[in-house]
This record gives sequence, structure tokens and C-alpha cells, in this order.
Amino acid sequence: MPAGSSTLYEKRKGVYPKAVDGFYRRLKWAIMAVTLAIYWGTPWLRWDRGPYAPDQAVLIDLAHRRFYLFAIEIWPHEFYYVAGLLIMAGIGLFLVTSAVGRAWCGYACPQTVWTDLYQHVERFIDGDRNAQIKLAKAPWSVAKLTRRLTKWGVWLAIAFATGGAWIFYFADAPTLLHDVWAGSAAPVAYATMAVLTATTLLLGGFMREQVCIYMCPWPRIQTAMLDEKSLVVTYKDWRGEQRGSVKKAQASPDLFGDCIDCNQCVAVCPTGIDIREGPQVGCITCALCIDACDKVMRQVGRQRGLIDYCTQEDVEAEKQGAPPRRALKTLLRPRTLAYAAVWLSIGAAMLFALGARTRIDIAAQQDRNPIFVRLSDGAIRNAYMVKVRNMEARPRPVTVAIEGLPDAMLWTDAMPREQAMATVTATVPADSVAKLRLFIAAPAPGPQRQDFAFTVRATDREGGGDSEPARFERP
Amino acid sequence: MADGQDKNIDATTGTELKGHEWDGIAELDTPLPRWWLWTFYATIIFAIGYVIAYPAIPMLHDYTRGMMGWSSRGALAKELAAREAEIAPLRRAIADTAITDLPGKPQLMQAAVEGGRAAFKVHCVQCHGSGAAGAKGYPNLNDDDWLWGGDLATIEKTITDGVRNPNHDATRVSMMPAFGRDQLLTGAQVNDVVAHVRVISRQDRPSAASQRGAKLFADNCAVCHGPDGKGTRALGAPNLTDGIWLYGGDTDTIHETVWNSRQGVMPRWDDKLDKATIRMLATYVHSLGGGEATLVEAGNGVE
Ligand code: SF4
Ligand code: SF4
Repeated sequence: MPAGSSTLYEKRKGVYPKAVDGFYRRLKWAIMAVTLAIYWGTPWLRWDRGPYAPDQAVLIDLAHRRFYLFAIEIWPHEFYYVAGLLIMAGIGLFLVTSAVGRAWCGYACPQTVWTDLYQHVERFIDGDRNAQIKLAKAPWSVAKLTRRLTKWGVWLAIAFATGGAWIFYFADAPTLLHDVWAGSAAPVAYATMAVLTATTLLLGGFMREQVCIYMCPWPRIQTAMLDEKSLVVTYKDWRGEQRGSVKKAQASPDLFGDCIDCNQCVAVCPTGIDIREGPQVGCITCALCIDACDKVMRQVGRQRGLIDYCTQEDVEAEKQGAPPRRALKTLLRPRTLAYAAVWLSIGAAMLFALGARTRIDIAAQQDRNPIFVRLSDGAIRNAYMVKVRNMEARPRPVTVAIEGLPDAMLWTDAMPREQAMATVTATVPADSVAKLRLFIAAPAPGPQRQDFAFTVRATDREGGGDSEPARFERP
Repeated sequence: MADGQDKNIDATTGTELKGHEWDGIAELDTPLPRWWLWTFYATIIFAIGYVIAYPAIPMLHDYTRGMMGWSSRGALAKELAAREAEIAPLRRAIADTAITDLPGKPQLMQAAVEGGRAAFKVHCVQCHGSGAAGAKGYPNLNDDDWLWGGDLATIEKTITDGVRNPNHDATRVSMMPAFGRDQLLTGAQVNDVVAHVRVISRQDRPSAASQRGAKLFADNCAVCHGPDGKGTRALGAPNLTDGIWLYGGDTDTIHETVWNSRQGVMPRWDDKLDKATIRMLATYVHSLGGGEATLVEAGNGVE
């Protein structure tokens, strides 16, 4: 390390992004509106599931271990669907990254969305960039304190709304809202609200771009996934350099490039970097500098796109004199198509599995101690704990039978052996597991280990069933 | 190594050096961060407080007990007492409900079976095995064959008073004579009786010996085991015609049983366990698969 530039610690430089308007800014507004609406609105959507199940469209019911997603209900043993969703989310990020670079960071990441919201509040209360800088430098006064308190107050309100909304995904939202205000909600609900309110305030209000640059692992991963065909926000230095004011350029046009060194791109950047230094990890590709520079170019009558979404390949081509390529054209290429294919096939497979899954299911566990019991008439008895799972939100009558065990009889611990039959009937309550302790007696002569199957069949109109292999053992 | 003017100050960081150096690598004497230092002091103060409050220092024959009087044994006892207090109402309810009424109260019954399962693991597994499957001389409690009866009340009585329990009048007693050893029958006669028992248990075909044995059985054994050998529960005399043998159904084992008789013992439990526990044990044993409905006719069945 060279002497002089020695410290490993850098004090944060204030970032006061300037308001900007343009295509990408509007896109960002739209995405912010949609994502926030989804976040705050989802728990309030209703979905009728009948009298035995909650009517909240999206509900993670930890207490009863159910996950409801509109028409889909997921039980803990079906957690692979959630794993599948996570895999899809992962591959989806690969897809998005290989197609449009760090678009997640720039538009949809909650850190970006909330920071954007907070910065907007900040501009609303403190004024735009210059006013903010001035206020930051000003000594503490009543006026400054009032402004600060107002701003922090609004931030806190947003943070509270954010942290508060989270818990509604885990319980019936209207009931919980009432309970929260009445002070009768579970302590964990208040703790969650408190923690999320604090983190929202801290991450969105004060840490902001430092989260992206120092804390978040995703930029590193994404940087590794970018290739020469990925879209990144690029300052076209071959076009922009040598920088110089309009006046200077008029004086000696051959010397200067298109960049008028107005610093607008730096002023609007929410992470406070200068894109003209080249691609860097601090750039979340929010494209606000594109909007800013396009406006400048329009004002000075030069072609737009001095800063633009651009791939490394395009950079090379354009340096050789090729015309700029439309950004969208880079989307279709083998890598993105391959990701899209994988993503879609996982989605299709999951949809198929969801459609084909039976909502009734049987599992059997044989008693191991003792494995078999000799009865007084010489027959051999094995005992099993049989669980019949009814995943529908209504009670269902079922018949449990055995297949592949000739001359065997079946009875439960609730009836005497004299009533043993070939099948046992039961009604499984809505959305729950019925446990049946089943005894099977079969004649003693026979193989020491005999494989057979328990079957369950719903005897209502909808029908459906399942079977489970089991084993009968003799001395 | 830094080339500052003062030998002991590293130029790059401005921090003092320790003064030693290996192959050009020196160590900085970086001062502790303030928060670290205070945390360190705080832990020392905490440790002193802990030693005063809690058991801490081992002595020759004892240890410092601390001012709070805490001990891990005491903590365990407190937890156990709390748990006992918690389930006390349940135990009382079980003790206050006649065992024949328990099946009518499914929740209480279930609690009793689960309590019995736990108590069985402590008191009964030594003889009957952890799965209650028994062993030679120790009955299997899973099957549907009972020496004294398999309904709830009878099982409870058996557990309460035990079998052939010395110094206990209410205990269950059955005394099979040692026919051979006490010379009630001759060696040949014992062989004939064994042959007959092998026939009525459908293990052998009738023979001349078994026919002689049938006569001897009627004279000597039918009093307890019944004329057809199906046993008498009131006397604890086992059914000799079924598929279940407490000691074994092969010729040699039956011979030994007839020759020496068998006098298995089960302890009484009423002097060791409370009423609720015994009741719970009975419901558990009854639930293992061979339990009978209450009020079965005595006299049929057995080991
Ligand atoms: S450099 Fe441009 S695209 Fe990157 S973060 Fe800053 S404003 Fe957004
Ligand atoms: S906004 Fe455009 S013209 Fe202005 S400094 Fe940035 S790159 Fe140059």
C-alpha cells in the first residue's frame, strides 16, 4: 500500500441526488408504484376457500404450517414447491442479469425502491440537490432541526407502514390489524414490526447506497455473471472525450467530444458515482444518468445516448464506427433463451405437478416393538400407525384397505377384533391428518416378510386416493 | 519495515510498533478499541458478581455456594415439582374416575394411556420388555390371551396386587402342583399327560400315550384347566389349547412345567405406586391390542 493513501476506512460522502425526468425515471416510478402496491396490497386480497380454510389470498400460516397462494395450498411436506419457486427466482435472476444486466438492482430491489421513496421525501422536504447540500453544511438551528425532524418523522411513518405490513402475510390481515391497535396481538408481531421499522428506517434513510456497495453480496455475484453481451449503463467515452464546454467545442470542434462536462450525470446518481469513470460495482444501472444526459444532449442539440444501455460487444463495434444498436436487440441470444427455457420448464413442471397432485394421501409406519404378536388362535398380528392426510378444506369420508395380503383382516384400536373386516372406514376432518392405529391379523403360515400396500380412497363424489407400500412380518 | 524517523512508529499507520521483526514483518502495537476495553472491564465486573451470587469456587470438601442459593439439582427439582403440579389435576381426575368409566371420557382415557406408556417404561419393562412383548415366563401383554383376564378392571387388579406376592393376602395366587417332583404322578404318567397336552393344543396327533394322558388329565388337571383344557381365569389356570405359551409348547418344556410346576411372580404395585399411576398402567396395557371389553365371562382363555 503506497504511503499516503493508506486508510482502509472511508468516511461516507454525502449523496444528494438531483431530481430528474425522462423515460427511465418514469419507468422507475411505474415499477415503484407496482411493487409497493403489491407489497402493501397483497395481504388484503381475499380468496374464498370455503368454511374450513382462511380466506386470505396469500397467507403464510406458520402456526398451522400451511402456505396459501390463491388457489394453491401447500403443506409442509410439499415444501419442494417453495424450493421450486426459489430455484425459479434464482434462475429468473440469472435470466434477467444475462439479458438486461443489473436491472433487479436498478428497478425492483426493495433497497432501491425504498431508498428512492425516501430520497423523494427528502427532496420534497429539504428541496433539490443544492438546497440539500446547503442544509447539510448549515450549522444546527431551529429551522434546520424542524426540517430534520419533519423528514425523519415522515421516514419513520413510512418505515412503520413497511414494517407493519409485513406481519399481515402471516395472519388474517383484518383481524391482526384490529389486534395490533388493540394491543392484543402476539408479542412476536410487535417485535417483528419494531425490527422491520428500524431496519427500513436505517437502510432506506441512512445507509442507502452503502448497502449496495458494502453489504449486499448480489452485486459481486452479478458482476461475475455479466459477459460481453450483457447490457450495462455505459458512458461512450469515444464519443464524449475530450470533455469540454459548448463554447470551447465551438471554438475548436476537432478537439472536443460530445460531453460538455456539465456533471448532470453525477448529480442525479443515487449512489453518487461518476459513470464516466467506466463500469463499476457502485452502479446499480438505474439509468437515471441516461435520462439526465439525454436531456442535456437535447438542449445542446446533440444526439441522445452519450450515456446509454450498451453491451461490451456494442462498445467495440461502435468504436469501429458501427451505428448504435437498439438495446432490445441484445435480449435474444442463446444464453438468455437457454435460461428462459429452463425457467419456463421448471415452471411448467411445477404447474403440472400442482395440477396432478392428489389431495389425499396415506402414510404407514409399522410398529417395531414388538414387530409381530402371536394371537391365541395362532394368527399373527402386526400393528401400524397409519396417517391419512386430507388436504382439502372439507371433511372427507375415506376407506382404508390392504392389497396383497390374502386372508388378512383389518381393525382399529377403537374396535374389538371380532369386528375386523377387509377395510376400515373413517372421516378425516378438513385440512388435517387422521391417525389410525391399525391391526392386521393374517394366518401364521406364510412368508416371513410379505410386502403389501395400504390404500386409501375417498368415498365422496370427487374420489381420489393413494397407496403406500408396507410390510407384514411373521416369526 | 516502515522507515519513519522514530524507530518505534510505523509511518503508514502512525501506530507504535511492538519492536520485534521477522523477515521484515513487524507487529503493530495497536491500542485496544475503547468499546472493546470497556466490554472487557464489564466482563470482569460481571465475573465478580457471578462468583458472589452463584456457586463458583471448588473447595476441599465443599464449594462456595453463592448468595442466591442456586444449584442445578435444585433447579431440576423445581422444574419437576412444577410439572407435577401441572399434571396434578389430571392425575386426580384419573384417580377419581373408576377405570370402567374411563373409556367414556376419551380425553381422560388418552391422557391415561400416555401416562401409562411413560410409567410402563419405568416400572414394567424390566420383565415385560420395552415393547411389552414379554419373554419366556413373562407374559406378552400385546396378545389377546390373559391368565387372569384382559378387561380394564381385571388388569388393574392384577397390577395392584401382583401375582404370588409374599405377605399380601389380596395377591393373585394359583398353585400348580409339581406333579413329577412331588411324586404325584410317575415319570411315565407325566409323559402321558404331556402327550395329551400336545394333542389338545393341536401340535401332535392322538396316540396311545395321549389317550392314557387324557384320563390322567381328567383326574389331575381338569380341576383347574377345565375338562377340555381351556383354562380357568378365576384360578389363573392357562388355556392349554391356544397358540400361546408362557414358557413354551414343545414337549420338553411342557414336561418340565408338569414335573416341577411354574410359580412366576409379579410384584404388587399398590405399595409403590399411587392409584392414578396404576390406573394409567392398566389403560396402557389394555390399549396394546389385546384389551377386552369389561365384563367378560371368566373361565375361558389363558396361558
Ligand atoms: S451511474 Fe447512472 S445508472 Fe449507475 S447508479 Fe448512477 S445514475 Fe444509476
Ligand atoms: S450528463 Fe452527459 S454531458 Fe453532462 S457530464 Fe454527464 S456525460 Fe457529460
